Amino acid sequence: MNKILFFAGLQEKMGKQSIEIDASGQSVKQLKDYIEQEYNLSKVHESMVAINEEFAPGEETIKENDTIAFIPPVSGG
Amino acid sequence: MSRCYTITKEPISIEKTVGLVSRPEAGAINTFIGTVREITEGKRTLFLEYQAYQSMAEAKLAEIGEEISAKWPNTKTAIVHRVGRLDIEDIAVVIAVSTPHRADSYEASRYAIERIKEIVPIWKKEHWEDGEEWIGDQKETKAYSAGKPEKEDFS
Repeated sequence: MNKILFFAGLQEKMGKQSIEIDASGQSVKQLKDYIEQEYNLSKVHESMVAINEEFAPGEETIKENDTIAFIPPVSGG
Repeated sequence: MSRCYTITKEPISIEKTVGLVSRPEAGAINTFIGTVREITEGKRTLFLEYQAYQSMAEAKLAEIGEEISAKWPNTKTAIVHRVGRLDIEDIAVVIAVSTPHRADSYEASRYAIERIKEIVPIWKKEHWEDGEEWIGDQKETKAYSAGKPEKEDFS
């Protein structure tokens, strides 16, 4: 299984901080497409993705137990 | 060392943050204090809400410290960022950098705050008199076409 984390505006649109799904074998891009369709969350495409707390461009393949976080544009400081 | 890079819900102590980097080799400690501004482009902020992906945010703050050490030798950095509800004038972030000579401490401090705005997963929600919004893209870097923030060269 994979934990999928949502933050900021994405978290509010989802109505929850995280979901658990089996995304292993999928690319980051495929996961984004799935989330968009399943949860009507087109803004995932404007987000970066972190796999296990490290930024990941679109082509990585998700492995079993990876934690995936959608990172909207940041605004700290 | 890990307490040098912290996300906290509590008010930040400037003095304690400075204490983390104070050492005999340093001849300069530069501090940057980021506070909550009331008026932005004519709009009145009532309060802010910060959220972080805490574990990753602390790792990225530490990464900024490593970048600073690589660029400016013999530097020690501490960064503390607050999350939760913050009122006007509250301190959102404190950066302290100690270096042997003052010029490096100014440059490194500036580098740290700019990098925070690029790579650290922290978000700010503005609460105005007439609405609220999660703010992104403060540096107007647009969507992350490379899939992650690009490194800016400050050297």
